[in-house]
Amino acid sequence: MLLALCATGIVVGALLAEVLIPRVDEALSRRKARRAKAPTIGYDPGRERRAEQRARQLLRSCVNEEEWAMYRDLGFVRVWGRGDGYAYLIYPHKPIVAFVPQTRELLNEYCVEFPDMSRPYGSARLPDSDDVLAKWMALTGDEHGLIRRANLHQPGRQVDPKVARRDLWRLSEWERRSWTTRAGDFRSEPDARGRPSP
Amino acid sequence: MKPGHGEMLVAEGDPEVPEDERKLIEEFRRQLDEGLWAAVPKATRNGRREASMVKTFDEIPRDADRVIFFPRAAGGAA
Repeated sequence: MLLALCATGIVVGALLAEVLIPRVDEALSRRKARRAKAPTIGYDPGRERRAEQRARQLLRSCVNEEEWAMYRDLGFVRVWGRGDGYAYLIYPHKPIVAFVPQTRELLNEYCVEFPDMSRPYGSARLPDSDDVLAKWMALTGDEHGLIRRANLHQPGRQVDPKVARRDLWRLSEWERRSWTTRAGDFRSEPDARGRPSP
Repeated sequence: MKPGHGEMLVAEGDPEVPEDERKLIEEFRRQLDEGLWAAVPKATRNGRREASMVKTFDEIPRDADRVIFFPRAAGGAA
């Protein structure tokens, strides 16, 4: 009787071991994997900040004093159109907004970006100030070429019209203060089209 | 300008020196072959600043102190 019970116990133990050992192994592997160190990625948290600092210096060296001050103080740059009566607001990584300076009427949004064609999928963006400079160079160097390439949208597609109008108001206030404080330094009062005299 | 990096110096030299000029022309062509645009910032007569887009080395003004290469524009978020 005792012998039979022992034999049964050994068989049951063997069967249980067959079932449990793989599960225990799996649990141990999972635990080991959880405790394993995450692979280190060569990410430099200061790289983007340094790139943006260099980009700001480059932008400052390319645009005029007024445009630089505008970007520094307001976060966007106004560029006059080649034709009469319209201008653009250049924001970093946002569409270019065309508007009528005299009435502050918003005309269009031109969605444009400068992707890294060598790495078209998931490539990094230009630093903010480089994006502004790229738009500034393309607009002042080949306005119609840039506009042809851009996706044209009605105002409000990506830039909230309230924000754009508020920015135009901020710009007019900023210019008024500039004219007051600089008093005929590099500019005079705006002409009849709302465009400052050179 | 390079996405993710910002400004990078790709070449420098004096175009009046033949060896430097060859090096600058080669680099200029290489950048354009990679699909970049080239622009030369300049001051206008009325004191404003603007850029000239250049497609050949000969179009670069001899007195230009730099040429900026940047990615071509493409229609953005539709």
